[in-house]
Amino acid sequence: MRVELLWWEGCPSTPEALGDLRRVLREEGVDVDIEMVEVQSDEDARRARFPGSPTIRIDGEDIVDPEETEPFSLTCRVYRLRDGRTSPTPDLEDIREAVNR
Amino acid sequence: MKIGDEAPGFSLPATDGTEHGPDGVTVVVFTCNHCPYALAWHDRLLQVARDYPQVRFLAVNPNDAERYPADSFDAMKERVQADGGWPLPYLHDESQDVARAYGAQTTPDVFVLGGGTLRYRGAPDANYRDESENAAWLREALDAVLAGEEPARPETQPVGCSVKWR
Repeated sequence: MRVELLWWEGCPSTPEALGDLRRVLREEGVDVDIEMVEVQSDEDARRARFPGSPTIRIDGEDIVDPEETEPFSLTCRVYRLRDGRTSPTPDLEDIREAVNR
Repeated sequence: MKIGDEAPGFSLPATDGTEHGPDGVTVVVFTCNHCPYALAWHDRLLQVARDYPQVRFLAVNPNDAERYPADSFDAMKERVQADGGWPLPYLHDESQDVARAYGAQTTPDVFVLGGGTLRYRGAPDANYRDESENAAWLREALDAVLAGEEPARPETQPVGCSVKWR
């Protein structure tokens, strides 16, 4: 399994997303290194099809489908939690579901 | 801008065509349409505006709309209209002069003005994830300023997306 966390320094949610990802991997018994991929420019963002920070990909697939309207740019990504709230990081259960896919 | 410094005056256009600036006890919140932190705190901040009718509240969007079209003036108008109106004006800082004068760092970034000076600056509360926090730091600061006292916690670390400068 290949696990990537794509991040941009302008958004402060990276440590929280990394912590959530590590927690889920530990709880699910998955022993894998997380590749941290820094996105530094809008050009990088377009090339990596980066819809915002943080973005977690497992085997190349985004754990949450990005909104079609989201441009590929240096921005903080908006996630919707399962209880309907807006969040800068994905729902733990969405991470878990992706890990177990 | 430091606590106790004179607060810069300004007049900015709102989504409803009016113009607004600080006057008396005023809360200036730099915010935007696209940042998840601003969105997470949004309802709490609107509720504070409803709960303190004697205070002037101003929401200011300073982001570069060319790179972030979701923060254009048209998108701001559409958002307020879709929400059925807000209890505070949503102002467009197109030149970013106001954000620079205040030293805004993030969206959201909250400034409480009283007696013409800066009395509180920082986050609305300690945790964007926890709605029960209820913008407690901002409410504490407002209660103190309205009582003629200095806020016990005049400064906290603003948390959110960086302001998108040109």
